Amino acid sequence: MSLELVLQYLVAGLTYGTIYAVVGVGFNIIYNATGIINFAQGEFVMLGGMTAVTLHGLVPLPLAIAGAVAVTMVVGALIEVSFIRWLRKPSVLRMVVITIGISIVVREGALLLWGESVRALPYFTGNEVTSLAFAGVHVSPQVLWSLATCLAIVGFLWFFFQHTSVGRQMRACAANRDAAALCGIPTRNLVTLSFVLSAGIGALAGCVVSPITYTSYGIGSGLAIKGFTVAILGGLGNSMAAVGAGFLVGILEAASVSLLPAAYKDAVSVALLLAILFLRPSGIFGSSAVERLRAH
Amino acid sequence: MLSSRYARIALFGAAVVLVQVATQLGGKPFFLTQLTMSAYYTLVAVGLSLLMGYAGQISLGHAAFFAIGGYASGYLTTFDLSPLREEGLVALLGRAGLLVDRADLYGGQTLAVHPWAAFAVAIVLSLAIAWAIGVPVLKLKGHYLAMATLGFGTIVYSVVLGTARFGAADGLSSVPPFPLVAGLAVSGARADRVSNYYVAWGLVALGLMLLVNLVESRVGRALRAIHGAEDAAGSMGVDVARFKLKTFVLSAVLAAVGGSFLTHFNGGIGPGEAAVMKSVRYVAIVAVGGMGSLWGTVATSVALNFLSLRGYFGTLDDAVFGVVLLVVMLTSPDGILRLDPRVPVKALLARLRKPNRPEEAP
Repeated sequence: MSLELVLQYLVAGLTYGTIYAVVGVGFNIIYNATGIINFAQGEFVMLGGMTAVTLHGLVPLPLAIAGAVAVTMVVGALIEVSFIRWLRKPSVLRMVVITIGISIVVREGALLLWGESVRALPYFTGNEVTSLAFAGVHVSPQVLWSLATCLAIVGFLWFFFQHTSVGRQMRACAANRDAAALCGIPTRNLVTLSFVLSAGIGALAGCVVSPITYTSYGIGSGLAIKGFTVAILGGLGNSMAAVGAGFLVGILEAASVSLLPAAYKDAVSVALLLAILFLRPSGIFGSSAVERLRAH
Repeated sequence: MLSSRYARIALFGAAVVLVQVATQLGGKPFFLTQLTMSAYYTLVAVGLSLLMGYAGQISLGHAAFFAIGGYASGYLTTFDLSPLREEGLVALLGRAGLLVDRADLYGGQTLAVHPWAAFAVAIVLSLAIAWAIGVPVLKLKGHYLAMATLGFGTIVYSVVLGTARFGAADGLSSVPPFPLVAGLAVSGARADRVSNYYVAWGLVALGLMLLVNLVESRVGRALRAIHGAEDAAGSMGVDVARFKLKTFVLSAVLAAVGGSFLTHFNGGIGPGEAAVMKSVRYVAIVAVGGMGSLWGTVATSVALNFLSLRGYFGTLDDAVFGVVLLVVMLTSPDGILRLDPRVPVKALLARLRKPNRPEEAP
């Protein structure tokens, strides 16, 4: 394999890695707030992409994206309020099955609404064939858009959780919910907020990568598995590590395509997930999740 | 206790006969085809009911075991060995009576593994895979267990979908009938419709007898103890890991038996049988029937599978299963059939009486 080829795979891996990273971060936000793994996480990405494509028929691209993010955030809030909020101490098994049920309902709803066709937003700058050359590697401007968006999301979340009052309250809620409630923090509303945030960033990522990876009603469940792999790889609850893990999984997948039939691409990352779960459930970057693994 | 156990099986047998007679009298004998298929899916569901309800372990990958059984049977009974007829191993198998000659669609002669031998391979293969997967997977709990089994299902799905030898997206076809004994074969031929209905439901009855006896025995008590409190069960001397593993393997083998028989009945199998959505359907069936209620699972499985296979749900097929799953888990996680209608009413009344009760964290 020549150096250019390796770099080209690296770029392809980064593109997919962006979306895996954002889904993984979305998992973490909800997990930290509730202890729930939201199996419907991938559906937010799908909803964002599909809504933006539809809205783009009416309004300019930036507005369509903003609208799609807003719509998906509302859906996220509705999901939390109608399905999660009123459950009293649900078992993990029950929550897993409920979020799977939600993901099926959202997916089938999307199928009814949009049909089976595969859609995509237009490229933000240039078109399919526009490429910038870096050291002999061709990079689509859209890849730079996705990377920048991913970094912006991470930066925003960092600022939000470290330097805003609501963000600090959410961290308090994650650390000890009862203690947070005693301090007067509205823990229930923060759980809703965690779904809204998670839906919003998922939708934004879904819009940005849509021109490259395309969007259809069924992409959610695959993304959920990849996102979970990423979240586990980084250590559950650790958002910054999830970003690194996202890029790692994306690159590994891209490299696997050069060695194995493309149909096995999904099997590679899932095999990685199983390997981590069996060998090192705390993730390669973290160790704190071991206790949580035992606690749940 | 013993008598009521067998009385239920007898009642079940009577219901099976009654349904057959009813379809005959009602002029809908073709319903038997979907009822037969439902029976094979029911085998998966009752095994999963044991795993989820009694051992308390979720599996989002049971469709994979169904597919492993089906693909092993389908592949071995259709793979033509005749060019290798004189080769050492093939000749040896032929002399042992494990191979069978058959005329193919175009009049040529093919040589393939006998369905019984293929069935044995399917069972051993599913057992081995369930064992190998079960040892590490069952150490996990909660989300991790769910995701690991989901991941296993995804791998099996992408392997059967991506492998040309298994027919890729088309799956396997022209799978021959499975001659069980002289004059009785698992096949989709119209003449065999009634006998196949009884074969399928007889198999379910056998499986139920096994499971009912199991849950009423020492093993069943141990499993319930594990479900209740794993650590407590362990401290009482229950070998938690071994019981979980055995239940997992048993439910996987039941699924593989169903897959193998259905593949012979349908004359083929497609990758859709291994899809994650299929696994979720089995979970939905168990959830509606009531976790750990074998009879509830049987009733739900027949009803939902029959309606789905007859196409009553149309394009909403998956959506129906999703909504059912969601509604059941939200309102009555112990299963609709176990729901005591007085409980939610009482809870509502209590809440109305004390509107300012302090909220608990979810």
